[in-house]
Amino acid sequence: MKVEFFLNDRKRQFDVSPDEYLLETLRKNHITSVKNGCNESTCGVCSVLLDGKPVLSCTVLTIRIEDQHVTTVEGLQDEVSHISDYFGDEGADQCGFCNSGLALTIIALKKEYKNPTDDDIKNYIVGNLCRCSGYQAQLKAIKRYLEASK
Amino acid sequence: MKIVKHKTPSIDGKGIMMGRPAYTDDLADPNALFIKILRSPYAFAKIKSIDVTQAKKLEGVEIVLTHHDVPKKSFTRAGQGYPEPSPHDKFVLDEYVRYVGDEVACVAAISEKIAVKALELIKVEYEVLEPVLDFEKAIKHPSIIHPEDGIHEMFPIGFLPKKNIAASYEMNVGKVDQVLKDCDVVIEESFYTQAQAHAMMEPHTVNARIDFQNRLVIYTSTQTPFHVRRILSQTLDVPLSKIRVIKPRVGGGFGGKQALHGEMFAALVTLRTGKASKITYTRKEVFESSYTRHPMRIDIKLGANQDGTLKAIDCYILSDTGAYGEHALTVFMVAGSKVLPLYNKVDAVRFRGHVVYTNHVSAGAYRGYGAIQGNFALESAIDILCAKLGMDPILFRQKNMILEGQTSPIFEIMGEGTEGTAMNMESCKLDFCVKRGVELSQWRETYPYKQLQDHKVKAVGMAIAMQGSGIPYIDMGAATIKLNDDGFYNLMVGATDIGQGSDTILAQIAAEELMTTVDKVIVYSSDSDLTPFDTGAYASSTTYVSGNAVLNAAKTMKHMLMEEAARALKVDLDHIEFDGYTFKSAEKEISFSNLANRLYYNEDQKQLTATGSYVGTKSPPPFMAGFIEIELDQETGEYEIMNYVSVVDCGTTINPKLAQGQVEGGIVQGIGMAAYEEVIYSSKGQLITNSFLNYKIPTSKSVHKLTTEFAESYEESGPFGAKSVGEIGIDTPPAALANAVYNATGVRITSLPITPQKIYEGMMALKQKENANENK
Repeated sequence: MKVEFFLNDRKRQFDVSPDEYLLETLRKNHITSVKNGCNESTCGVCSVLLDGKPVLSCTVLTIRIEDQHVTTVEGLQDEVSHISDYFGDEGADQCGFCNSGLALTIIALKKEYKNPTDDDIKNYIVGNLCRCSGYQAQLKAIKRYLEASK
Repeated sequence: MKIVKHKTPSIDGKGIMMGRPAYTDDLADPNALFIKILRSPYAFAKIKSIDVTQAKKLEGVEIVLTHHDVPKKSFTRAGQGYPEPSPHDKFVLDEYVRYVGDEVACVAAISEKIAVKALELIKVEYEVLEPVLDFEKAIKHPSIIHPEDGIHEMFPIGFLPKKNIAASYEMNVGKVDQVLKDCDVVIEESFYTQAQAHAMMEPHTVNARIDFQNRLVIYTSTQTPFHVRRILSQTLDVPLSKIRVIKPRVGGGFGGKQALHGEMFAALVTLRTGKASKITYTRKEVFESSYTRHPMRIDIKLGANQDGTLKAIDCYILSDTGAYGEHALTVFMVAGSKVLPLYNKVDAVRFRGHVVYTNHVSAGAYRGYGAIQGNFALESAIDILCAKLGMDPILFRQKNMILEGQTSPIFEIMGEGTEGTAMNMESCKLDFCVKRGVELSQWRETYPYKQLQDHKVKAVGMAIAMQGSGIPYIDMGAATIKLNDDGFYNLMVGATDIGQGSDTILAQIAAEELMTTVDKVIVYSSDSDLTPFDTGAYASSTTYVSGNAVLNAAKTMKHMLMEEAARALKVDLDHIEFDGYTFKSAEKEISFSNLANRLYYNEDQKQLTATGSYVGTKSPPPFMAGFIEIELDQETGEYEIMNYVSVVDCGTTINPKLAQGQVEGGIVQGIGMAAYEEVIYSSKGQLITNSFLNYKIPTSKSVHKLTTEFAESYEESGPFGAKSVGEIGIDTPPAALANAVYNATGVRITSLPITPQKIYEGMMALKQKENANENK
């Protein structure tokens, strides 16, 4: 089946099967930032922005997003580079498998909250699992990024 | 030091967050065949017949492999040095299946869907056997998990498969029974530690292809590329020279990727079909069919004098290795060798035990590697002893624990599967770690607990720990530094960055010695064709072993550069000074980049390359003291972790921020094990905790605060004074939490995880006991 949607602001047509999820479509089309960690909506590493809101691409049927906007870190390179400066400075990136999905979640958080508290941040990223960092360095980096972007 | 001991962003963090292809699956051949594995529905069974006719007929299926089609050669997936201390008790595919999820057959097809469909078309007739599911009943169980011929140990490890024993061991220092008899106070307790899942974010992933030189190329998410190459070669009878193993970026390992998972199948499919192939474990497969931590029962007896002198430790461990004996002996031994020396002044120590087979998924290497299990038992037992002595647990530890300049006989007796190596603690700031931790955790103000509200208390608990830095005389790392024109370097290392940041800290070590900056050192790890050998990322070896190799290579490179500068300036080598940018001798000088360009284009042209390697002659332990602060509800047993204070001696922190990340990541994984993570099976041996929905790992909300500090410490034998830091963080949380819960409630939890339910039940039992006493 053919489906058209905006991938990082460029309208593109994809040929997909009716039971194909967005995660598979994106990876097949070399969007390698979107990772497959569980394929059952439990880990957060496949996060993308759908019309600006963070969703798990492993739960979104590709044929259902006709004309919608899908954004991955490939479409937000400057912003993600900015976030990564703080992650680097805080030593917050380890294996990195969760980082692209987390970066998109942080961008969505920034849009949604003007002055998030520590608990707001923790709640917002609770679905982005990380087995390496222990989260503290991530939280410090996120707070510094949000502060600097005000 | 200008580069070492300073924070540097990891060299790859930005590119990875920005989504650049880096991981194994990102690099798969777009036309690769999809591999799927048919897995056993039974905990223990013999395959009576297997019919793959229908599966093979399905359009798009390229190959189906069963135990009839694969080499019948036993091996171990453990991914250790050779000869391995793990028994060779595994076949690529076997007529026996030994746990729910064990491999029955392998299918490769042109799409994932077809491969899955083909699995459904394979008809298997099983003879279902009585499984061994309780590890405490394994030894005398009528079912023998490994009755087959052709399995063996590589050297004596106490391998008795007919008794379901994968390994056994005993060692004695002094006469334990006699010393215990003469002690004023003796305590005895049994502790249970559970299986824990690694749950790294990137599932096990492999892809394979045949290159234009007709060689097998394996890309794999591994911690041990050189062991993978060797084990594939030995098991599949392919010459080592015909295999290339590439480790791309790895999305976490924690020991789970020390072993081979999927490599055999990708290699076989590609060798047999000539076509590229790939396999990615589903999350369910990662939980069900990779590895867990070894569950253990640890029986411990301590004896002390009334003045608080610890006199004897007696320890028996029964360890559950699951279906295959991977890391069976060595994990068990580390539960002694990297725990017992903490109390080095005892008159007698006994350490013995058995590692048994059961019909559960195989246990394997996992961060902490036995030390976390042993630490939970010993550090809980120390607090039990202190309670009986009426002694402050901090004072007791300060009186009895190992200090700088001291040793323990255990270092010489116990190695990893073999004898150990005697060593003195040239760097040990454990005394500082404890003192500083007491301050940071406000121990004196809180111990044992402080009432917050009616039924809410704040309590503290603590534990000390040690680990190692590589395996002496076994773990070898090597590094090659290549000079380029314009004056920058390539650093090729066999060391395996799996996300811990070793590429960055190895670049820092090279940059420090070569007096340059990290951006002038381009790191590549690891590729069996292009990088020198390294045993891999395990046993807390990379900073110490591979770091020393990099330092040796950098020293050689620096000397070569000085010689070339002396030649260029026509002066004596002794008169050359180098500051990283310019070589000077009196009035003459040449810049580093000019010298490099001259070497490649103008005069005395040659390539400068230096290789260094290192094998340790000891394994200097990092130490730490961990302090937990909890708030506990005395009515329900529920608790929250408010702060975890870690004070760590890992020698010089090559990169303080990355070292902190290692400690904090370890602490939170340890908290997961201490508090709620638990691998659970049904009564028939089926894994229940097979997804993140029912196997909970810590999230951003799990811990309120982590406080992490490092002791000023310098290990002479380490690169720029460094020891290891990869594992030490995980060891203390179980005992520290158990001790805090005891301090809050008087309830001693001896089995992990420490759940509110267990605490509640303990409090109820205490109340009943009190009531019974009152009624007497």
